[in-house]
Amino acid sequence: MSASAANVLDELELDALTELVNIGVSRAANSLREMVGEQVHLSVPQITLLGRNDAIRLLSEREEDKLVAVHQVFDGDIHGRVLLIFPEKKSLELVRAVTGGDLSLEDIIELEHEALAETGNIILNGCLATIANLLERNLKMSLPEILKGDGPEFFELAPPPAAGDVVLFLYIDFAIRQRDINGYIVMLMDMPSLAALKVLLQEFIQRATGAAPPRQDA
Amino acid sequence: MSYRVLIVDDSKLARMSVGKALDALHPDWVRVEAANADDAVALLKDVDLVLLDFNMPGKDGLEFAGELRGQYPDMPVAIISANHQVEIINRAGAAGAAFLPKPLTAQALGAFLDDAVGALKSAGR
Repeated sequence: MSASAANVLDELELDALTELVNIGVSRAANSLREMVGEQVHLSVPQITLLGRNDAIRLLSEREEDKLVAVHQVFDGDIHGRVLLIFPEKKSLELVRAVTGGDLSLEDIIELEHEALAETGNIILNGCLATIANLLERNLKMSLPEILKGDGPEFFELAPPPAAGDVVLFLYIDFAIRQRDINGYIVMLMDMPSLAALKVLLQEFIQRATGAAPPRQDA
Repeated sequence: MSYRVLIVDDSKLARMSVGKALDALHPDWVRVEAANADDAVALLKDVDLVLLDFNMPGKDGLEFAGELRGQYPDMPVAIISANHQVEIINRAGAAGAAFLPKPLTAQALGAFLDDAVGALKSAGR
């Protein structure tokens, strides 16, 4: 399953998706800059398409400690879930960076939930809204929800995903007020949604480059 | 007058997209492409102007624009980015580069190219 999932998008389609996501996080960085009053660096250097079990394995190999995630559901021509995941240790760093660092530890802990939800919402909405706009489609986003755990449970949220779920695994570099915070954006979709995304990406590539549409019968 | 334009972007799609916009405005100009700043260096001596992505693995567009300014003071350079934070725009300005928002529009590119042609002509090219 994971092998076929990984091959659904060709090289140029994955390139187009990476470009769309980077435009999205750049816009999110602009919004965060307005919020914190200092330059914010956000980029997505790499996107990998994986089956769910491979994604769970990859995350657990890279991150041994507790994780925190901001989770939102999206719905429209494509539907699924999107999560912004950080090591839990980094989440207080993130809150400190976003709030400016003048706050006491008690205040930061109290604000952690809210600041994470707000920051996650800006980044995830920036990504999804930009993707939707550039693909000329509409996506509805749910309110952000904070999850904590070891990782695997983020991929098994109720209602249970279909067996064929695929995961877009995005590495995100985040630097703010001299703090470097690496994390992940995970998009969980079923195969029909991924197939729909592929068609939308082909249309986008055609608009962006003026190239002829790909042959469907090949 | 036909000019040679270097497009530097790690995304092939983005290079194709900029290429399309450039072709529509100046079909007779020659397009040269590089996927990163290191590859671009070898191509610099044969080009007249440069369009640079900001966010690239390795050397980013702003850093590269700064180096270009030192070596080729008259070469028109534009940074293309969806990241329009004031610090980025200011750094582009300090490196003597124009800032063009991404996704690139024909209008923004056209205005930059008009200015670039003016600058190249007054530099005698």
